[in-house]
Amino acid sequence: MDLLANLGLGFSVALSPINLMYALIGCMLGTLIGVLPGIGPVATIAMLLPITYGLPPTPALIMLAGIYYGAQYGGSTTSILVNLPGEASSAVTCIDGYQMARKGRAGAALCIAALGSFFAGCVGTLLLAAFALPMTEVALKFGPAEYFSLMVLGMIGAVVLAHGSLLKAIAMIVLGLLFGIVGTDVNSGMARFSFGIPELTDGIGTAQIAVGVFGFAEILMSLSRKENRDILQQKLTSLMPNREEIRRAIPAVIRGTSIGSMLGILPGGGALLASFAAYGLEKKVSKRAQEFGKGAVEGVAGPESANNAAAQTSFIPLLTLGIPPNAVMALMVGAMTIHNIQPGPQVMTSNPGLFWGLIASMWLGNLMLVVLNLPLIGMWVKLLTVPYRLLYPAILLFCAIGVYSLSNSTVDVYMTALFGFMGYVFAKLECEPAPLLLGFVLGPLLEENLRRAMLLSRGDPTVFFTRPLSLVMLLLAAFLLLLIVAPQFRKTREEAFQEGEA
Amino acid sequence: MAKIRHPKDFAAGLMFIAFGVAAIAIGSGYPLGVAARMGPGYFPRILGILLLALGAVLTFRALRLDGAKITLESPRPLLIVLGSVVLFGMTAPSLGLVVATILLIVVSSAASTEFRWKEALVSGVLLAALAVAGFIWGLGLQFSVWPTFLGKG
Repeated sequence: MDLLANLGLGFSVALSPINLMYALIGCMLGTLIGVLPGIGPVATIAMLLPITYGLPPTPALIMLAGIYYGAQYGGSTTSILVNLPGEASSAVTCIDGYQMARKGRAGAALCIAALGSFFAGCVGTLLLAAFALPMTEVALKFGPAEYFSLMVLGMIGAVVLAHGSLLKAIAMIVLGLLFGIVGTDVNSGMARFSFGIPELTDGIGTAQIAVGVFGFAEILMSLSRKENRDILQQKLTSLMPNREEIRRAIPAVIRGTSIGSMLGILPGGGALLASFAAYGLEKKVSKRAQEFGKGAVEGVAGPESANNAAAQTSFIPLLTLGIPPNAVMALMVGAMTIHNIQPGPQVMTSNPGLFWGLIASMWLGNLMLVVLNLPLIGMWVKLLTVPYRLLYPAILLFCAIGVYSLSNSTVDVYMTALFGFMGYVFAKLECEPAPLLLGFVLGPLLEENLRRAMLLSRGDPTVFFTRPLSLVMLLLAAFLLLLIVAPQFRKTREEAFQEGEA
Repeated sequence: MAKIRHPKDFAAGLMFIAFGVAAIAIGSGYPLGVAARMGPGYFPRILGILLLALGAVLTFRALRLDGAKITLESPRPLLIVLGSVVLFGMTAPSLGLVVATILLIVVSSAASTEFRWKEALVSGVLLAALAVAGFIWGLGLQFSVWPTFLGKG
């Protein structure tokens, strides 16, 4: 079986000292920002994107990946101990995790969350490894028409599965596409929408837009909110869950892992959606529905496993098709292009060390995270005592240095501030920024494939409907759109996201 | 005159219309080409029209659907936070990383209602040391550390 040989190669790459070190740094950073409310993986990865420029591509991607799944571990700590989501994807964990903590079961909740996440992370990584080859083979058969339709499907899927207004989300994608094509047109060499600013002829950087719209806007919104943190001042005596808790957690972990793995692959899916969906599922299948909200073990085990499984499987579409399913993966595209790697099916053949090394590092990273999170939990809790008024200027500083170091250009810094302002406006008008980032990354790809497909068909737009694979994808996209207009589905979608806000 | 019943959607609609119009107007100078050989203006034109249409639907729908008001708080944090970043951009090349860092930390700290002078200054100095150690020595970024007019950068 090729898979074993490939994984062998992966582990030999991932176990090299430099890659191990960056996996560890990524996991530490991920846990750190996961624990801290008010800064998420999107902003952090965006902030570090410029800094990875000086690294070789493999350790750079290993570190960035570590931040994403590491944040899923760290987020649960804050949810359980402080009743504040350290990470959006851990928001539902607050409901039952904090109640468990109040009953003196904080240690058990943390342990179940960490071990559930570990199990989910391992399964997710295995799925990623198993799916990689067949998916890549399919992807290699794709022509420009198929790619165009796939991207359309991906973007529609992303808005249908995300929360908030559908119309606004689509408009945000289109705006993102527009931002994405700023700069020199590859076909004609003409500078578009560059306003005579030389920096803009190279296009808007992923880091600038992501740091501004996510990083700065998050700080601004947090500053306008008053938050009080009541850290549970009890000693964590034992981390061991009791027999009854283990018995109830195991099936929930397995269900959470399954639903999370599936939702991670879908466009627009990822850790956030997975945790909400898993909580809903647990509540539905449980015979003790009345215990939910009062410290049900399943309410911690299910979502925490789901968000971790999804964090791993969302790499599948990125690494095999080159299509990012969510905002974090969109940033990974940015990271790969910084290193001149075009994400897509060819990565596996042209860069097997990077591809399998990244996958193997995820398994190692999950192992590190269990160690980082369980015995060292006290250290992370201490971090929560740092007041926000000291924290946000530091975040701002790292953002500014990161963006400036990109090309020692002050224009980049000003641009980021401008996007920060836009992010603030978007937040005020309830326009979700994640679709914008997705559109931004896909903009140049979408245009290129549209052009090529139309060139090959001599200007005949029916090409998208006459090629079977392309047609299937467009029909799926249309079906998704129809679904959302259907009142029944719309209701479930709204309910799925309301759990955490309640 | 119809009444605006969903202010957030109404404003968002106008914003998308503005972006759409700008894209069409600025992009009008780019050669369109034909469908089989698209020029640099073709795709932006499609996007501009889409944005315009989506924005128009949002705006009109806001006259019929009800929605929450836009909450506006004091613009102080917004101006201070973004201003401190712009200030960093202006000072970093000439005054060096240390001064720019301290300026950014102290100014941005003032956005919080719990601002304390001494605390912000101490935090600024500490972070400046950390930034020099981490970014200049650790990652080897090409930054000037001290003000350039003091001699070597």
